[in-house]
Amino acid sequence: MGQQLSREQFDQFLDRLQSSYRVFGPAVEVDRGNLADTDRITYKEIRRFDDLELNRQSYFSPKEVFYPIRETLFYFAGDEIAVPKLDDKKIAILLRPCDINGIDRLDTIFLENGPSPDFYYQRRRDKVRFFLIECTTGFENCWCVALNANKTERYDVAFRFGEEILAEVKSPEFAPYLAEYPSKPFEVQFIQQNRRQVRVPRVEDVTLELFEHDLWKEYTSRCIACGRCNTSCITCSCFTMQDVAFGTAKQMGERRRRWAGCQIDGFTDMAGGHKLREQNGDKMRFKAMHKINDYYRRFGKHQCVGCGRCDDVCPEYISFARCINTLAQVIEEGQNR
Amino acid sequence: MNNPYLMDKIEVLDITPETAIDSTYTLAWDRPVKPGQFLQLSIPGVGEAPISISDFGPGKLFMTIRKVGRLTEALFALKAGDHLYARGPYGNGFEYRDYGNSHLKVIAGGTGLAPVKKVIKHFIGNRQVASLEVLLGFKTPDDILFKDEVQAWVDSGVATLTVDNGDKHWRGNTGLITRYIPGLNLENLEDTKFIVVGPPIMNKFTTQELLKLQVPEANIWVSFERKMSCGIGKCGHCKIDETYVCLEGPVFRYAQAKNLLD
Repeated sequence: MGQQLSREQFDQFLDRLQSSYRVFGPAVEVDRGNLADTDRITYKEIRRFDDLELNRQSYFSPKEVFYPIRETLFYFAGDEIAVPKLDDKKIAILLRPCDINGIDRLDTIFLENGPSPDFYYQRRRDKVRFFLIECTTGFENCWCVALNANKTERYDVAFRFGEEILAEVKSPEFAPYLAEYPSKPFEVQFIQQNRRQVRVPRVEDVTLELFEHDLWKEYTSRCIACGRCNTSCITCSCFTMQDVAFGTAKQMGERRRRWAGCQIDGFTDMAGGHKLREQNGDKMRFKAMHKINDYYRRFGKHQCVGCGRCDDVCPEYISFARCINTLAQVIEEGQNR
Repeated sequence: MNNPYLMDKIEVLDITPETAIDSTYTLAWDRPVKPGQFLQLSIPGVGEAPISISDFGPGKLFMTIRKVGRLTEALFALKAGDHLYARGPYGNGFEYRDYGNSHLKVIAGGTGLAPVKKVIKHFIGNRQVASLEVLLGFKTPDDILFKDEVQAWVDSGVATLTVDNGDKHWRGNTGLITRYIPGLNLENLEDTKFIVVGPPIMNKFTTQELLKLQVPEANIWVSFERKMSCGIGKCGHCKIDETYVCLEGPVFRYAQAKNLLD
């Protein structure tokens, strides 16, 4: 069962949330696209229904809302070290099932991998609530169904956005905000078939021979290592530390972390000049294997959720969907032995 | 909530120059560590980097550091009595029990000696292994680390020392480390265990040579060096496929290491 709201009532709902929540959703930045006269769709704080862009996929994923591109870990002044405080407000994000599943992949790295949870990730993540955007048609370039990332039950409220808005409240936290609206039968639906057909190989067929296969060489000539695929990906979690000092005595400053990506030069550079995966095709292989092979081997689920943003953002028109299909085809032809 | 990125302020007790670009730092330290583990050392405002522990004893540990980057340059400006920052230890390290009763061969090149130095010292001082042979290689005589200790190991017959290129004063062995592998006592391969630590190219040719001599893969251990930002399985820099060098390594059995394709 759900609640029915008009768009004006949805705006009232958002208004009432403002005192305790910041609400983020896909929104348009006019003329900020990569090409002339194009818009960029990105995650922004929204105050009203009209702020939302629901017909085009966001260029960036919602991860930056709670995993900032650059984050101060602590400030230092002489011997004093201070961890920055966070805003008390909770964060509600309007997002699709693929992205909720993608955030599950981030959670796995930051909260479960290694000896302890990541303090900085966890303290923001604990504030996050999911407002699911029902997604039954997907976009041109997404392939969530192939990765079982088209469905989720991990939402606080699910919305169907049409002329009227239907809401299914799952978390009691939001019941008081929506209880006043009339009831109407509503069960959230999930996409069953994408326009893009992707065949994800079984991990037991992904052999070490495939790491050396010629298929990766294509990407050495095409990829320019810009890293857009990493920065737009909902599941890419890597970061690098960076210290900044100021003042003449360099006694004050901060330690930060910022996003890093395996597709970008310098990711493996060590002091003394040693580097790995210098060919961009090797970087592509490393990324591809992480997304659809080795993450599964470690955590029992694929990292890639098929949101398709990497295909949308690549300036060289490299398609990761096609890369996965090529790998599947190479395996079908028995070239993995 | 525990914040694993916060460091402790650590006193530098002593600094011993080893070569023109390597020095061993003695740090005040009283938490348990294992040989082969590493710390994240840092100087706020300059940066943080993983550095392996070369030795330890009650109340202190030793780290042999090469001046190769921004952080290590700043570390070289420190003097005894100054402080730096550290967190850790991280990584699995070497387990003494893996080598008990075996004929242990340690093959180390250049700064690769640092992470295994404690292992060598440990087994020289006790009878937990059936025998111990150490093979050490450095680029030139000027690059030899821990000169007094290494000389004592050579004098007592435990270690064979070679340099790639000698100089006019050098009277010892010359040539690549792989050349001296056949000189090791390899009579009982099933009970002989090998630790190989050095630059990637040395590791590659040394393990190839050992396999050629029919050494079982399960009897070879190697230690990896990778870029790391966190040391705790989050930042992704050291990941090789499904393996995190900072968590499951840096010490690996060769049987596993050979499948780690960067």
